[in-house]
Amino acid sequence: MTEQTKITPEIVAEHGLTPEEYDLILESMGREPNLTELGIFSVMWSEHCSYKSSKLHLKTLPTEADWVICGPGENAGIIDIGDNQAAIFKMESHNHPSYIEPYQGAATGVGGILRDVFTMGARPVANMNALRFGMPDHPKMPHLISGVVAGIGGYGNCVGVPTVGGETDFDESYNGNILVNAMTVGIADSNKIFYSAAAGVGNPVVYVGSKTGRDGIHGATMASAEFTDDSEEKRPTVQVGDPFTEKLLIEACLELMASDAIVAIQDMGAAGLTSSSVEMASKGGVGFELNLDNVPQREENMTPYEMMLSESQERMLMVLKPGREDFAKAIFEKWDLDFAVIGEITDTGNLTLTFKGEVAADIPVAPLVDKSPEYDRPWNLDADKYEPLFAGDVDGVSDYNQALLKLIGGPNLSSRRWIWEQYDHMVMGDTLGDGRPGGDAALVRVHGTNKALAITTDCTPRYVQAHPIEGGKQAVAETWRNITATGGRPLAITNCLNFGNPERPEIMGQFVGAIQGMGAACKFLEYPVISGNVSLYNETNGKGIKPTPAIGGVGLLADASKRASVNFKREGDIVVLVGETEGHLGASLYLKELFGEERGTPAKVDLAAEKRNGNFVRSIIETGDIDTCHDISGGGLLVTLAEMAMASNMGANITLDGDHGTLFGEDQARYVMAVAADKLDDIQEAAQSTNIPFKVIGTVGGDNLVVTDKVNVAVSDLKNAHESFFPEYFSKHD
Amino acid sequence: MKARVHVTLKAGVLDPQGKAIRHSLGSLGFDGVEKVRQGKYIELDLAETDKDKAMAAVDEMCRKLLANTVIENYSIELD
Amino acid sequence: MKSAVIVFPASNCDRDMAVALEKIFGEKPAMVWHGEATIPDVDFIALPGGFSYGDYLRSGAMAARSPVMAEVIKRANDGVSVFGVCNGFQVLTESGLLPGALMRNAGLKFICKDAYLKVENNQTRFTNKYEAGEVVRYPVAHHDGNYFADADTLKALEENNQVVYRYVDAEGNATPEANINGSQNNIAGIINKAGNVLGMMPHPERLIEHDLGGDDGRALFESAIAALANA
Repeated sequence: MTEQTKITPEIVAEHGLTPEEYDLILESMGREPNLTELGIFSVMWSEHCSYKSSKLHLKTLPTEADWVICGPGENAGIIDIGDNQAAIFKMESHNHPSYIEPYQGAATGVGGILRDVFTMGARPVANMNALRFGMPDHPKMPHLISGVVAGIGGYGNCVGVPTVGGETDFDESYNGNILVNAMTVGIADSNKIFYSAAAGVGNPVVYVGSKTGRDGIHGATMASAEFTDDSEEKRPTVQVGDPFTEKLLIEACLELMASDAIVAIQDMGAAGLTSSSVEMASKGGVGFELNLDNVPQREENMTPYEMMLSESQERMLMVLKPGREDFAKAIFEKWDLDFAVIGEITDTGNLTLTFKGEVAADIPVAPLVDKSPEYDRPWNLDADKYEPLFAGDVDGVSDYNQALLKLIGGPNLSSRRWIWEQYDHMVMGDTLGDGRPGGDAALVRVHGTNKALAITTDCTPRYVQAHPIEGGKQAVAETWRNITATGGRPLAITNCLNFGNPERPEIMGQFVGAIQGMGAACKFLEYPVISGNVSLYNETNGKGIKPTPAIGGVGLLADASKRASVNFKREGDIVVLVGETEGHLGASLYLKELFGEERGTPAKVDLAAEKRNGNFVRSIIETGDIDTCHDISGGGLLVTLAEMAMASNMGANITLDGDHGTLFGEDQARYVMAVAADKLDDIQEAAQSTNIPFKVIGTVGGDNLVVTDKVNVAVSDLKNAHESFFPEYFSKHD
Repeated sequence: MKARVHVTLKAGVLDPQGKAIRHSLGSLGFDGVEKVRQGKYIELDLAETDKDKAMAAVDEMCRKLLANTVIENYSIELD
Repeated sequence: MKSAVIVFPASNCDRDMAVALEKIFGEKPAMVWHGEATIPDVDFIALPGGFSYGDYLRSGAMAARSPVMAEVIKRANDGVSVFGVCNGFQVLTESGLLPGALMRNAGLKFICKDAYLKVENNQTRFTNKYEAGEVVRYPVAHHDGNYFADADTLKALEENNQVVYRYVDAEGNATPEANINGSQNNIAGIINKAGNVLGMMPHPERLIEHDLGGDDGRALFESAIAALANA
C-alpha cells in the first residue's frame, strides 16, 4: 500500500462520512480501508453520487411510457422520437462551484452535462439552463450573474452547441446560494445507443480525453455540504473547463461510436475515475483492474488518492472490444487527445488499483453501490397551511398601466435578451426562427427532417414554498403547457431538484411534497421522468433556498411547419382565452413585485383541465389553423398579452370584465391564442363540443395594448420597460 | 533555457479590456490608475543552450505565431 | 458549383456552411481537414465559423498556421474564390490574405443577434445579386469581431471599395449604435484587392431559409454562382 495514513475518526469526518457509515465500510471491506479506499467510499457514498437522502422518494416517480427507451440510472434518459431516432437528455446542477467561481463553475457545468449526453452516442443539439440568482442589489450578484452567463456562453459557444433557452429568476433566498442548472439535449439513432455496463473479462479499459490533474479534489463532497463563509477558501478546488478539448472529444467519440469497437462508455463526472469505473463495473457485474501508472497525468507526483478523486474535466472511460485498441487510438490521436489503456475487466468483482508495482486499493464493487446508505429522513409537510387569495383579499392598484410596466420591467419578467445574446443560439442551423429565445419553448429541428424538438425549463419556487405538492405539480404542468403552446407533444422530463438541508424535517417535507406533486402530474399527463439530478444542502449559514425542483421538458412536433409562437402575426386576428379564470392571487408575482408580499397558496393545478385544454390547443395548432399561442404563467393574463404584443410590435384591443384578479391572477391551464377571423367559428365550435372554456376577448391591432378602461399603453413603452432592466443594471454595476 | 515573451498591444490600438480593467480598479477605489494596457505573458522551456540562437528562434516564433504584429508588439527575455 | 469547406479543430459552423453550400450550389462540398496538404479542384473555398483551437492565443492564429492554409493561400493567389466567415475571417486576417485584425468586441461580450448590414460594394463576385447600398440582415455570433487596421490600410480599403459590408441601423445609417462590436468605420466585411477573397464577421449561411428566421444570406452564394457563370 502506498498510503500508510491511519484512518482516524477525524479523517472519516473530513470525508463527510458518519461513524455509522464508516462502520458499514469496515463491514464491507472486512478490514480497515486505506486512505485511497476511504476516499473512494466517501465520494461514492456522498449525497451527490448515492442519493442517500432522496432515493427512497425518487423511486415513486413514474419513469415509463411506450416511448421511453431508457429511464433514470444511466448517464441520461432516452426517448423514441420516431424514424429510428432518439432524443437523449438530462439536466444537472453546478450550484456550489458556480457560487465560488461563477465563470468556471457554470462552464464546467455545461461541459459535464454535454458529456452525459454524448457518452450515450448522441450528438448534442441544444443546451438550456435554469438560473436562480439572489436579489439584484445584493453586492455579489453583478459578478455572479455576469460570470455565470459568460461561463455558459464561453463553453457552449466554443463547442458549437446552441444554447436555445432557459429561465432566470431572482429571489432573496438565493443570495448566498445561487442555482446553476444546465440541460443538454442530443439526438442519436435508436439502434446506436451506448450504455455504461462493462462486459467481457479481459477487455481493455481505456482512458481518453484530457490529462488528470489535481482539479476539484473533494468537489463531490463539497457539493454535498452546506456552505459556510469559509467555503470561499476552497477556491483552488474549482475545476477549469476546456471547451476546445470537449469539442474534440465529442467529435472523436462520435467518430469511434460509428464503428463497433465500444463495449461500454461513461464520462468521468463528479468523482471522476472513481465513479466512472465503479458504476461501469457495478452495472456489468464485473471487476476492474486499473494500473494508475498509465493514467495520463498533468501534474507531477500524483498519488492514487488524488488520481481517483480528481475532477479534471473532459475525460471519458471506455471498455473496448479486444483488439480494437489501435483502431480507436488512431481516432483519438487524429483529434490530439490522450488515449491510454489503463486496465482490464476482471471476474473478481473488485475494483483493484495498482500503482508503482503495488496494490493501492482493492474494494469489492457491489457494496460500494448496493450497500450505500439509504435514509428515510424525518419529514414534516404542512401543505395546506395557507389560504387561497382572490381580488378581495389583496390590495388593488389604481394605475394598471404602471403596474404592468413595473411587472414586465422588473427583474423577474424583464427581457432576458442581455443574457441570451451572449449565447450562440443559432449554431448548427436548426434553431427555428420563432423558436429562438423568448418563446414558450425553444424549437430545434431534428437535422435533415421536418420534425422539431420543443424544449423548456420551468419551476415556480414561490409556489413550491407555499405548497410543495401543488408547486411540484405546477412545475411539471408548466413545462407541459409550454411545449403544448408551440404545438409540440410533451414526451418526457428531466429534473434538477434543488433543496436545502434534508436533515431538517421541514426541508425534507418540501422535498417529499414536491416529489408527490411531480409524480402525480407526470403520471396523469403521461409525461415520465427519464433522468435527473438532486442537489441538496443549498443553504448558507442555516438559511435554505426556496425549494426549486427545476423541470426540463422535451416534446416533439411531428411536422414543424405546423407550429405556433407567441408573437401576433396579423392585424385583425381574434384574441381568445382558453381556460378558466378565477383570479388566484396567492403566491403570485403581482403580490411579490408590486407589494413585496409573499402570502397565500398558489392556484391549484387541475390536471384534468390541463390535459383537456392543452390537448385542445395542440390539436388546433396541428391542423395548421392557428400559429399564435402563448401559455399564461407568472404575472397572469395581462403580462401574457403584453408579451405577445411586444414580440410582434402589434397592439391589441381587449375587452374584459373583472379586476386585478382577472388581469394578474395566476390560474393554471390557460392559454391565449390569436385566431384568424375566418377560422374563429370552426375553432369555437370545436371548443364548445368538447367543453373547453373558450372566450373571445379582443382583436389584434393598433400600436397600443388596450384592456377595456383599465389599460392603455403603447407597445413601444412596454418594450422600453421590458428591455431596460438588464442593460441599466449592468451599466450601474459593471 | 527559459524564454519569457511579453506580448502587448501597440500604442494607438484600442484596448477595451485594459479600459475595463481600469474602470473596475476605479470602482474598487484605486483612483490613481491613469491607464491600463493588458497583454499576454508566455513562458517557453527551450532545449537550445546558445543564447543568440535561442533569441533568433524565439523572435521568429513571435513573428510567425505568438504575436500578431498588425496590432501587437513583443519583447523577449532569456535566462 | 464545386466547393470545399476547410475544417479546423473546433470549427463548429462547418456543417452549417456545408448545408448552405449544398442547398444553394447544388453539390455537396468537400470537407477538408486542416492537416491536409491539398484541396480538391474547386471554385469556392469556405473557411467556416467556430472556435479553431479554442480561440486560444488569438482567434484564428493557430488555424492560420495549419498545413492546409499554405494551399488556401496558393489557390487564393490563383484567383479561386475564398470566403471566410467569423472565425474564417479571423483566419484570413491572421494568414495575411486580408489586411487588419479582429480584436475583442468593444463591449467585451460575446454577441449573438441579427445585425443590419449595408452592401457597400455590389460589384464583387460575392455580392452581385444584391442592390447597391441594400440593407440586409445577417446574424452575428462572435467575441472577437472588432475590426482594426492602421490608418493607411483603412484609407486604402475605403478608396479601393474593399469595404463590402458595414454595420448599419435598419435604415442603413452607419451609426455608432449600429456598430455592434466597435469596428473601425463600422466594417463588417472586406474583400482583397484582387476581388476573390472575402472575409466577414456576420453569418450569411445562417439565414438562408424562412424557417430559420429569414433568407437574406442566400444571395451571397447565388452571386458566386452568377459570377462563375459569367467568368
